[in-house]
Amino acid sequence: MANLQPGDKAVPFELPGVDDRRHALEDYADKEAVAVVFTCNHCPYARAWENRLIEIQSDYAARGVQLVAISANDAKRYPDDSFHKMRERSEEKGFNFPYLYDESQEVARDYGAQRTPEIFLFDKGSTLRYHGTVDDNYDDPAAVRVHYLREALEAVLAGTEPSTAQTTPVGCTIKWR
Amino acid sequence: MRVSFLYYEDCPSHDVALERLREVMDEEDIPGVVEVVKVETEEQARELHFVGSPTIRVDGQDIDPPDDSHYALTCRAYRLSDDRISPLPSKDMIRWAVRSLARSQTC
Repeated sequence: MANLQPGDKAVPFELPGVDDRRHALEDYADKEAVAVVFTCNHCPYARAWENRLIEIQSDYAARGVQLVAISANDAKRYPDDSFHKMRERSEEKGFNFPYLYDESQEVARDYGAQRTPEIFLFDKGSTLRYHGTVDDNYDDPAAVRVHYLREALEAVLAGTEPSTAQTTPVGCTIKWR
Repeated sequence: MRVSFLYYEDCPSHDVALERLREVMDEEDIPGVVEVVKVETEEQARELHFVGSPTIRVDGQDIDPPDDSHYALTCRAYRLSDDRISPLPSKDMIRWAVRSLARSQTC
């Protein structure tokens, strides 16, 4: 179970991004909502959802939503998750959100993230409003029935509580050192 | 025909993949049982040349031969016919591989 539960405040962080800048959570304090997404390069579940995350960022950017992706996997054991490979992946896929490297794994541990991908959605006051998976079908975007993250975003932007505040993240385990 | 199914428990969809494999074997009238192998350690992954979960082999041949040989306890990415990445091989992928290997045995 994640350390952060709906209603908890975000844990601040500052991490290097593939754009060679450092990104702090507080950099996005002016956003209406921030979705911190623990993900990685090599996991097929993370990759299966990449395009959908890009679409969500694109669809909600004008409404003040910011996605921030973080990879925390041990790159020594999983070389595809190295910072260099993260940069390549971001360019190849055209990520429209920051992709940050949590090399020490401290941020992932602070949040209690366990899987990739795993979403922590915060409102403007940095309160966790939704935690879990992107939607209910990793295998086929056309077969999705419940768009958990999109529904949570709509609720947060409307100033209401998401009808589902927590789901079980589906994906690879984070590769700890 | 000898069919093996290798999996790593941390990858959540291995049961779905095994179900697909068994469905294809039924539909293609392939007799026999699937040898199910649970891969639990990095050492075992190296010994079995396990590139990720799930891995399906027919008479020792991978249904989707991997590009690299990084053996590890990890989940495996399959590229589907529409170019999507999936943690599961599609039934069509499994069927094509089984038929292809069966044909090669009769030639």
